[in-house]
Amino acid sequence: MLVIGAGPAGIAASVCAAESGSAVILVDDNPRPGGQIWRAAAETENGGSREKQAALWLDRLRKSSARLLLSTCVVARLADRLVLAENKAEAIEISFGRAILATGARELMLPFPGWTLPNVFAPGGLQALVKSGFPVEGKRIVVAGTGPLLLAVAAFLKSKQARIEGVYDQASWGSMIPFAGSVFKRPAMFRAALGYGASLRSSPYRCGWWPVSAKGTDRLQSVTMTNGTQVKTIECDMLACGFHLVPNTELQSAFGCVLAVGKAQVDEWQRTTTDGVFSVGESTGIGGLDLALVEGQIAGLAAAGKSDHASRLFQKRNALVKLARAMDRAFALRPELRRLAQPDTIVCRCEDVRWSSLQGQQSVRPARLYTRCGMGPCQGRVCGAALQFLFGWESAGTRPPVYPVLLSTLIREPHDLYKEKP
Amino acid sequence: MSSLLKLTIDGSELEVKTGTTVAAAIMMRRPGFRRSVRGELRGPVCGMGICFECRATVNGRTQQRTCQLLCEAGMVVNTDE
Repeated sequence: MLVIGAGPAGIAASVCAAESGSAVILVDDNPRPGGQIWRAAAETENGGSREKQAALWLDRLRKSSARLLLSTCVVARLADRLVLAENKAEAIEISFGRAILATGARELMLPFPGWTLPNVFAPGGLQALVKSGFPVEGKRIVVAGTGPLLLAVAAFLKSKQARIEGVYDQASWGSMIPFAGSVFKRPAMFRAALGYGASLRSSPYRCGWWPVSAKGTDRLQSVTMTNGTQVKTIECDMLACGFHLVPNTELQSAFGCVLAVGKAQVDEWQRTTTDGVFSVGESTGIGGLDLALVEGQIAGLAAAGKSDHASRLFQKRNALVKLARAMDRAFALRPELRRLAQPDTIVCRCEDVRWSSLQGQQSVRPARLYTRCGMGPCQGRVCGAALQFLFGWESAGTRPPVYPVLLSTLIREPHDLYKEKP
Repeated sequence: MSSLLKLTIDGSELEVKTGTTVAAAIMMRRPGFRRSVRGELRGPVCGMGICFECRATVNGRTQQRTCQLLCEAGMVVNTDE
């Protein structure tokens, strides 16, 4: 069984499948398991309940028979049950009986003047860089955009001695209140929210504010925010600005899975429309850690033939999906965010395509052909989701290799061939 | 539990804790270290291998996404700056 993605969903799937007797290969392109939310979990000093949960799962993974292939990137599907992956400079082929795709999510970034300046980050991105060793003591940081990640990231940065100048969510208080209601009903989430509130009590938290521009010469120096009537400029060292998350579905596309509204379509067993392929976690819809863990367990058990055990988790999963939908509604993007870019604002970072070049284009394919928008190394991972929101343009799908690879990976005999029984 | 290691970034030596990524190490020196196709200064953004703004040459290999690479002793890193 091949599991792609060693975040919480992939770890849960691998553990359950391996403990049920399947031979599991778990692949991740990062050098350590944990994905984003459990990044560097083994090195965390505070022993909070979330850290303990991560430690427990990572321990179970280590003790299981699942084989972990790190720094390994799956780039193409060669046949029904065969993929091509690259590890540093080696080509690897992996054959499998069943696949569980736990490819996670990425942050939605929207263009506004100055968003490409050094020291402008996505919130989860800055958190990942800090967890990877980047110091932020004493740095003045503005956190903006939308989503529950903003508070979590602000509290994390505060714990690393950054100065949080403010947290600005574009969602209005009116849309947040129903979501806040559902948080009250879930003790663990409520405690987490109280924790964030306590650690951020000296920083302003504003709803209904969004970025106008970021300014600076060779790096960020100030950020200007608005609520539609007032305008405020804040001098700062860093801006962490992102507009919630979008699922990573490139591999699901490569496997021929049907996608709906940018998510992998799955049945109650987490099966996609492609035979033998499951999808779990954020790739099936943004729903947070608890949902990812449950979906991973369901797929791991189902793929290993333990359907009874898997079906006992349906109720918990369904309740968490409802909560996820409430979250989507709370943080829905306001229309003003479509009008932030100026004519010379970069939209496609890889190819330096500006907003003005995209006016008059009808959809992704002609925009690509005439401006190169989306044809750079990220292959539309950054600008694609933005274009969907800005212009309503559907993604044009993915072509292999889904990540840039060395030519030698494509033409050489693979260094390793992993073959597992279904 | 972490120890220190030395690597070279754009010709000068830097000491970091083990477990530090190359992107984080370069950022300790300067926030922007890559030039876009039209020469604009850029730095890491997504921290997870999606945006490709953290690319640098590591041990002679170009186009490496440094946010997904752990620092190793003796590593030689070259950026656009």
